[in-house]
Amino acid sequence: MIPDSTSRRLIDMYQRGLPVCERPYEQMARELGTSEDDVISRLQSLQENQVISRVGPVFEHSRAGASLLAAVAAPDEQIDLVAATINRAPGVNHNYAREHTYNLWFVMTAPDEDTLENRLDELEHQLQLPILRLPMVEGYHIDLGFAIDWEAVT
Amino acid sequence: MSLASQTRANQSTWLNTAPDTSELDHISPWGLLRLRQQLEMGLPIAPRPYKALAEKSGLTEQQVMDAVQAWQGTGMIKRIGLVVRHRTLGYTANAMVVWDVPDQQVSELGRRLAAAPFVTLCYQRPRRLPDWPYNLFCMIHGTGRERVLQQLDSLVSAHSLDAIPRAVLFSPRAYLQRGGRYVSND
Repeated sequence: MIPDSTSRRLIDMYQRGLPVCERPYEQMARELGTSEDDVISRLQSLQENQVISRVGPVFEHSRAGASLLAAVAAPDEQIDLVAATINRAPGVNHNYAREHTYNLWFVMTAPDEDTLENRLDELEHQLQLPILRLPMVEGYHIDLGFAIDWEAVT
Repeated sequence: MSLASQTRANQSTWLNTAPDTSELDHISPWGLLRLRQQLEMGLPIAPRPYKALAEKSGLTEQQVMDAVQAWQGTGMIKRIGLVVRHRTLGYTANAMVVWDVPDQQVSELGRRLAAAPFVTLCYQRPRRLPDWPYNLFCMIHGTGRERVLQQLDSLVSAHSLDAIPRAVLFSPRAYLQRGGRYVSND
């Protein structure tokens, strides 16, 4: 689904800087030249069509709690099963297949480091596969709110 | 787990480590924790989203707005807005490029690679020898493999990286993609 021009502007203008006021969607509607109802229905439609996952804050992982990038080498014929087990583990928020011996990559979060380690130990036990644990050492650029190249996607 | 027991389980760590500011001293820490749990699910898409969050957190609408602004100020909230699912829009080529960079060069190279407009994430992580020799990660979100590989070639030549061992891990599939659940148990 490729959004129409108004929804594209909504995305272009509000991947960041969503107003913090009583009626944020009304304020956005004024900027876009439309109505609050229209902004709300566009956001709902973008979410239903999986163009956006949510409207909301993105937390800075190092301040919001503990998190870790992890990987396992799942046998190819079991990858869907292993992925499903990982998805059910507490604190997992991303889980991607990747083309490598380590073919499942996931991010696990927790309120603190001890809980995170316990969750990983428990998952490792369930999977019977060693988990590669890769905490962040230093971030140089972490922002998925990049401008969409509409020409490239249409 | 009930919210009460979950709250107890999280309180000791969260209450001590949350980078709150004195502006929030007058607000119940339990209310702030419930608010963070709600915010991890996203902002309601309704005319008064902060009021809806307030009702679920036991705070006032003004307290919710104050907290969100304070957390933006401290950097705990990086941004508030639409969180795009790039795959849906046609960004189907998602490459994690990993490099084995000499330790004394990794920070400087990381900063240089991060400046490329198509590098969406760039960070250093530890090696885990012998299984995993790579210590620098770059993510390129692109609309096609060919284009992503061209972008990678341009990085290699611009920064003279031919001699640096690397691997490119494209992602054919996302099994799960959602916001971080730091203090909520959903």
